[in-house]
Amino acid sequence: MRDKLKVTLITGRTIEQGVAKERGKFTKEYMESVSVCYMDPSDLNELGIEEKTSILVSTDYGSVVVKAAKSLRGPHPGVVFIPYGPWANVVVDPETHGIGMPSLKGIPVEVEPAQDKHILSLGELLKEQFGKE
Amino acid sequence: MPVVKAVTCPVCGCLCDDIELTIENGQIVKVKNGCAMCESKFLGCNSEHRILKPLVRKNGELVETSLEEAIEEAAGILAKANYPILYGWSSTSCEATRVGLELAEEIGGVIDNTAVVCHGPSILSVQEIGISSCTLGQIRHRADLVMYWGSNPWSAHPRHIERYTTFSEGRFQKSTWKRYLTKIKASAVKKRIESALRRVFFKKKTFVQLEKGLPAGVFREGRKLIVVDVRKTKSAEVADYFMQVDPNKDYELLQALRVLIRDEEIDVDEVAGVPVEYLEEVADLMIRCNFGILFFGVGLTMSEGKLRNIDAALCLVRDLNMRTKFAIMPMRGHFNVTGANTVFTWQTGYPFAVDFSLGYPQYNPGETSVMDILLRKESDAALVIASDPVANFPRKAAEHLVKNPLIVIDPHVSPTSQMADVVFPSAFVGIETNGTAYRMDHVPLPLKKVVSPPTGVLPDEEILKRILSEVRKTKEERLIEAA
Repeated sequence: MRDKLKVTLITGRTIEQGVAKERGKFTKEYMESVSVCYMDPSDLNELGIEEKTSILVSTDYGSVVVKAAKSLRGPHPGVVFIPYGPWANVVVDPETHGIGMPSLKGIPVEVEPAQDKHILSLGELLKEQFGKE
Repeated sequence: MPVVKAVTCPVCGCLCDDIELTIENGQIVKVKNGCAMCESKFLGCNSEHRILKPLVRKNGELVETSLEEAIEEAAGILAKANYPILYGWSSTSCEATRVGLELAEEIGGVIDNTAVVCHGPSILSVQEIGISSCTLGQIRHRADLVMYWGSNPWSAHPRHIERYTTFSEGRFQKSTWKRYLTKIKASAVKKRIESALRRVFFKKKTFVQLEKGLPAGVFREGRKLIVVDVRKTKSAEVADYFMQVDPNKDYELLQALRVLIRDEEIDVDEVAGVPVEYLEEVADLMIRCNFGILFFGVGLTMSEGKLRNIDAALCLVRDLNMRTKFAIMPMRGHFNVTGANTVFTWQTGYPFAVDFSLGYPQYNPGETSVMDILLRKESDAALVIASDPVANFPRKAAEHLVKNPLIVIDPHVSPTSQMADVVFPSAFVGIETNGTAYRMDHVPLPLKKVVSPPTGVLPDEEILKRILSEVRKTKEERLIEAA
């Protein structure tokens, strides 16, 4: 069991996120569909945490608290998945390598348990990041 | 109750045009044939998350205002700005984009569409190498090998497999839907047998796994599906062959396939996490097909290598065309991102990231692309239409966007509209107003108006025309004042 895990972050589309974004970004469904990090069961064991608990995902660009979820798309140890959205944006790599495209997949991240930390709502997250609600 | 048939769905690049909508009292009450996202959009267009009145920010708060005042405010911001950006365009009609380009030229700004954070690298690569492509209809009727690389149509383009590829009933190719059902049933039986055996012998899970689809020999006939992804997605479960590539290693895998297709040998046992033996089987299948298609998603454009991954994919298909017939196509996300690229190109010569600051169009992604301009903190105002960059851009880029005056045109409340200084509610293109959109294979399709927008809510094209005419008026007034 370890305190922190170095893994690779993939961000991408899920059908839940696709459905919720069409309904409205300020719906509960949207927040639930994108403030989540899908992890391989072996990585959850490694950190000694249960699914549906808070975890802190950090990179050189920022850190964000999201909910850990057991990935049904495994096995993919060492790879975690956060759907596109404001929570993933906090930690993704803005480097465009001179072609306009940020690096949104395959980003090295650190994941650690954060059971006592609360997942910010969209309003709170926007306030924290940009000072506006 | 009236039923409107053959409606085009304005959600993803598939542009399914067989949607049937039931209308009651001017509202859509039932959606037939659509996917989950389509249903959510058509039924959710009148949700409480709709913007109904123009808004302007006063003392830090967004307050309701008249359309005239909002237009004046927006035109004032754009006319005053030195280096404004106009971003979005992929979820609106070609007609609105055309007005947007005129506005960009008028104010000497940078106009960019969402392709920049999607298939922008694919466009750059196609400009270098070229592309052998076709329409989705040809694929439906003739393709006997379908590949999805770095793309999960099950989530992002839910009806793609059913309408255009392996599950569609083509004229010369049969649907493999029944075969898939048989496979599911077989794997369910297998799991039951294994679980029974485990209970009898008290053994731990040892011989499960149906990892790489079914053994190649099981279904010799019919079209085949290959999926390459970093995770075993739902689409991968449907596939006959699945290659789980290591993150950021797509380039290596594509080049390894090129080697095998040229009948050369690979001296290692594994490339990018895929055993070479398995890779040889896949390469053999690709050479033996009569007409293959490689669909690639943002799994290639957003990972390490970016446009170079696409270079490798395009070259792979070029190599394959020496042995058989093969085509390649990007899986475009927003319903009219292809249209935005097309309109940009016929108006300015360039598909995205067009800079009018010198009075004529310039194109140099990396310099004139919105993401880089924001990261370098160069822009001093922005107009965002039919897009939500605050929810989709890396934080550092979004930070600069919201720091400067921001105008948003959107039907829904979004993180971007919440950060804006002027907000225009607009009609949903393809639901409340008509227009034209381009499908991912560059086929233009008409979008229908099926219900009326809420009172006072205008289409994107009309709002842009009014802003443009107000900008011209403001500039003229300033010229007179200066004289």
